Amino acid sequence: MIPRYQTILFGVLLAASVVMGVSLWNQLRRAHERLLEGGDSAPTQAPEVAAAEQATLMVANEADNSLEPRVLSLPLPENPEARARAVLGKLLDLYAAPDAAHPVPGGASAIAQVFLVPIAEANGKTTPSGAELAVVNLTGAFAAGHPSGLETETLTILSICATLNANLPRVTKVRYLVDGEPRATLAGHADLTRTYIAAEAQVTGGAQP
Amino acid sequence: MRWSERMPGPLQIALLAGFMSLPVLAQGQTVQEQPGAAQRFVVVIDAAHGGEDAGARLGSELEKNYTLALSVRLRSLLMARGIAVVTTRESDATVDADRRAEIANHANAAVCLSLHAALDSAKSGSSVKSGSAAHIFVSSLPAVDDTRFLPWNTAQSGSVTRSVALAGVMNSALSHAGMTVTLGRTALLGIDSMNCPAVAVEIAPEQTANGGGPDDSQTQAQVAEALAAALVEWRAEETGERR
Repeated sequence: MIPRYQTILFGVLLAASVVMGVSLWNQLRRAHERLLEGGDSAPTQAPEVAAAEQATLMVANEADNSLEPRVLSLPLPENPEARARAVLGKLLDLYAAPDAAHPVPGGASAIAQVFLVPIAEANGKTTPSGAELAVVNLTGAFAAGHPSGLETETLTILSICATLNANLPRVTKVRYLVDGEPRATLAGHADLTRTYIAAEAQVTGGAQP
Repeated sequence: MRWSERMPGPLQIALLAGFMSLPVLAQGQTVQEQPGAAQRFVVVIDAAHGGEDAGARLGSELEKNYTLALSVRLRSLLMARGIAVVTTRESDATVDADRRAEIANHANAAVCLSLHAALDSAKSGSSVKSGSAAHIFVSSLPAVDDTRFLPWNTAQSGSVTRSVALAGVMNSALSHAGMTVTLGRTALLGIDSMNCPAVAVEIAPEQTANGGGPDDSQTQAQVAEALAAALVEWRAEETGERR
């Protein structure tokens, strides 16, 4: 013989289960309706950190050993160093994309920092035009993963120089570091010890010597 | 000893003046000897990388081995044509960039050819295979007129104009051999310190159908023949100019 209190407890639990099941069913139906109506309140657009501006990327093409200007609209920060890093990050994102004309793995994360340093004259004063030296600090992982070859390394170096000059005209010279240290070559060929003249990169990167 | 006894006599002064003028005389002699030295047409072949520096990977082959094999083949062809050849390495040895430039400069080279090889990375992921390609590079240093005293790291700036002309001859020869040729300027350690017309040639051999290594023997023979023809033509142009 089942005691009376157990019968009552079973009835209460059964009723609670049915109520909970109906409640869950209703919530599921409402959620489905919200989804169909597009009324989802979850954020679907990334917060805008800066206004989009036109940026000119000097994109390397290994087919003819050239640099081609490509104008893109990018959200660029006000700070010149952050702006330089954003532009170069986009350039390297293009190289990391599948079927790139100059394939290089790494993407935007390859640029650790970009420092802009005023170029001083012999007397220690800055130049009247406010010319700047850009010091591009690449990550060691990028250098280690860069394809080895005279053409591919040269194109990477020159396209970075030309892109900096196209978007920050005050940048007239460029130097490279890897993980904050000077390095002889990028991946066994292109000289990283030299100070590059940014304006010349656009000319020398062409198909003619 | 009195002070007057330590004073240098006329003979000593003359000797001292003679010693002091030696560097000037030596420099003058070098300039005067240049036409004579140029008669001896020396080509320096620089097989890039070597030893611990393997260079790029060409499928299953390493760049250092590819360039050495090409260097040996080209040396044979040039010597058969009566051209003196100096190589920067004859084995799998580590030779740094400064040593390569030293060899070229001490040889009083008429031409220095730096040999490189790499797979075209734009093609390596593609199923479309085209023929072999050659990338010819000249130093991106600006040309200077005064070539008497140049810093070691920019010694090539005195020869850049002739290097560009040499690259044109190489371009014609390699194009004639059916290769796709691109021309460019680069900053390359070693080349920038050479005081003779210097060109870096990067061979991008045709890849095999499975995307593996290059068909090296045929490409090497083709490239070596083309480069030898170009150097013979360059020698003719150089000696023709001086006559």
